Amino acid sequence: MSASVELENVCADFGAFRAVDNVSVTIQAGEFFSFLGPSGCGKTTILRMVSGFISPSQGVIRIGGEDMRDARPNQRPTALIFQNLALFPLMPVWENIAFGLEVRGVDKKTRRARAEELLRLVDLPDAADKAVSQLSGGQKQRVAIARALAVEPSVMLLDEPLSALDLKLRQHMRAELRAIQKRTNVTFIYITHDQGEALAMSDRVAVMSQGKLQQVAVPREIYDQPANGFVASFVGENNILSGEIVASEGERGTFRTALGTFSARLGPNLTPTSRLYVRPEHVRLSAEAAGDNSIPVEVTEVAFEGNFISIETRDQNGHRVVSEARNDGKTPIPAIGERLHAVFAAENAVVLADSGDMKAGAH
Amino acid sequence: MEDLYRRYGKGLTAAFCLLTAFWLLILVILPNLYLFENSFRLYLPISDVGGPKDVYTIRNYLTFLQSPIHVTVFFWTIIYSSIVTFLCFLIAYPLAYYLSKKASPKSLPTIFLLMTVPLWVSEVMRSFAWFIILSLKGPLNIFLIDIGIIEKPIRWMMGFRSVIIGLVYTYVLFMLFPIYNAIQSLDTNQIEAADDLGARWWQIHWRVILPHAKPGIASGSVMVFMLAAGSILVPTLLASTTSRWFTEIIQQWMFESQDWNTGSAYAFLLLILCTVFVTVVMRLFRVKLSDIAK
Repeated sequence: MSASVELENVCADFGAFRAVDNVSVTIQAGEFFSFLGPSGCGKTTILRMVSGFISPSQGVIRIGGEDMRDARPNQRPTALIFQNLALFPLMPVWENIAFGLEVRGVDKKTRRARAEELLRLVDLPDAADKAVSQLSGGQKQRVAIARALAVEPSVMLLDEPLSALDLKLRQHMRAELRAIQKRTNVTFIYITHDQGEALAMSDRVAVMSQGKLQQVAVPREIYDQPANGFVASFVGENNILSGEIVASEGERGTFRTALGTFSARLGPNLTPTSRLYVRPEHVRLSAEAAGDNSIPVEVTEVAFEGNFISIETRDQNGHRVVSEARNDGKTPIPAIGERLHAVFAAENAVVLADSGDMKAGAH
Repeated sequence: MEDLYRRYGKGLTAAFCLLTAFWLLILVILPNLYLFENSFRLYLPISDVGGPKDVYTIRNYLTFLQSPIHVTVFFWTIIYSSIVTFLCFLIAYPLAYYLSKKASPKSLPTIFLLMTVPLWVSEVMRSFAWFIILSLKGPLNIFLIDIGIIEKPIRWMMGFRSVIIGLVYTYVLFMLFPIYNAIQSLDTNQIEAADDLGARWWQIHWRVILPHAKPGIASGSVMVFMLAAGSILVPTLLASTTSRWFTEIIQQWMFESQDWNTGSAYAFLLLILCTVFVTVVMRLFRVKLSDIAK
């Protein structure tokens, strides 16, 4: 039912432009795998290569261990859900869902029964005879999923399918998609630029930039142990301080910046252009200086976001340090102009190379 | 109307309305009304016009029904106009699909230019050109013999052959452009989605592209059919001894018999019967008039 997808040294060239650069990754059968990256990073190109609409200019794609070099999109065990869903507006809902069966010559009664079964699976039991135009955004989404599931693909490819929905629905559909994936146990490959989606739904996430894999890891590792500066700054927020390593001892080091000298963890593949990354939620504002890492700052802006409070501060030279505190109902909100110390622990600060060339990114 | 007034002011709005009214009333409705009125009057010597013999009658229309030759010619005109329409569709649909979904956008202006260049030459000249091309010892036969496809020259100007060729050539673009517009408005993702779901190329065309292009095909077909059935130049110039077109009979009534009254009746019959035919065919293919107007 589900199959693994293997990319080996895959490149995609459009003229002189290399959209996908030497990507190697193995996606396990039954896995929910996301490609996360900014627009133009090559993630959609990867999806189109797996589905067969474009051929890699180099490298091999295997689905279920089989080389897909000569397989057309209609011969692959994949089903693609398009960003705009691409439902057929002239067919009623059930014919949309049964289209894949229709072109395989399945008789009408079986098709209808299968369509209704799938509509129950995606929680739209009464929509069979509706026109596509009568459905809401979320319902269209479900029909698109049902249509893709109807052909019993081993691999489902999803191209930012939630981007057109509003926030509430998007969050609901995240859970829904995840549940459908667990129920059907089909391999899901999910493309998104939304880090929240990628982290919340995936078993593993591949972060991409400029056609290259930056890191492939479980969501927690992506967030807590970013492999390089790109991953750290693309996924979540960070205070980024430039400087240089002045001393190092194993995984710890001392890093000198314009705001002071701090002790921090040292990331992999460090280069002279390394920087220090501290997440705002790891920066605490306190009246007293404490520990190794403490910067005297003045509060310049306070944003109350509801579940958290974002506080922007500047040191004496005007360098910006952002701190975030969870709102537990009693969290004090500092006044603008207040002089405090921004304090963070050494294990929460990491020195990272700007972006690393990942060699064979698979785990 | 109010919107027009607010946007363009009194002067321009009046100009728009007057021009539209002029076109519709003076150029379309009045001449047709004149012919319509005439078609119910008899062709009389000038001294009898306005006299007791000058009454309204449907005798001109009965003339048509009472002459089997004219009915036959009308029948064949409809048949061959339908064939021309179908041939135009066969040529235009693949071409429209290619132009709107396959050809690189950069090459489109050149292709469209090449296709419309023949329209710079008058229809008479183009028909004469086909007359030369299709003649027994003309370039087409010489070419086909030279490359070895045929051994003996083909008599192209026999039956309705040359008329069909000429009409298809003249009107194929009227089929191409509406279909091109229709297919171009189809989201390419839908084609890819069908492909991805396992459809073969002909299934994609049958279930996704053709249904979407239907309004374009319908409006192209109506145009080509009406133009072909009402065409006079091509059927006259490329005629063989056995190819009679209904418009030629109308012309004979008007110019050879000088009987404008019967001619008018025939012209109206052509218009009405063609309209009925088109309406029936549109019903058959479940096309609405509003689809075509899009």
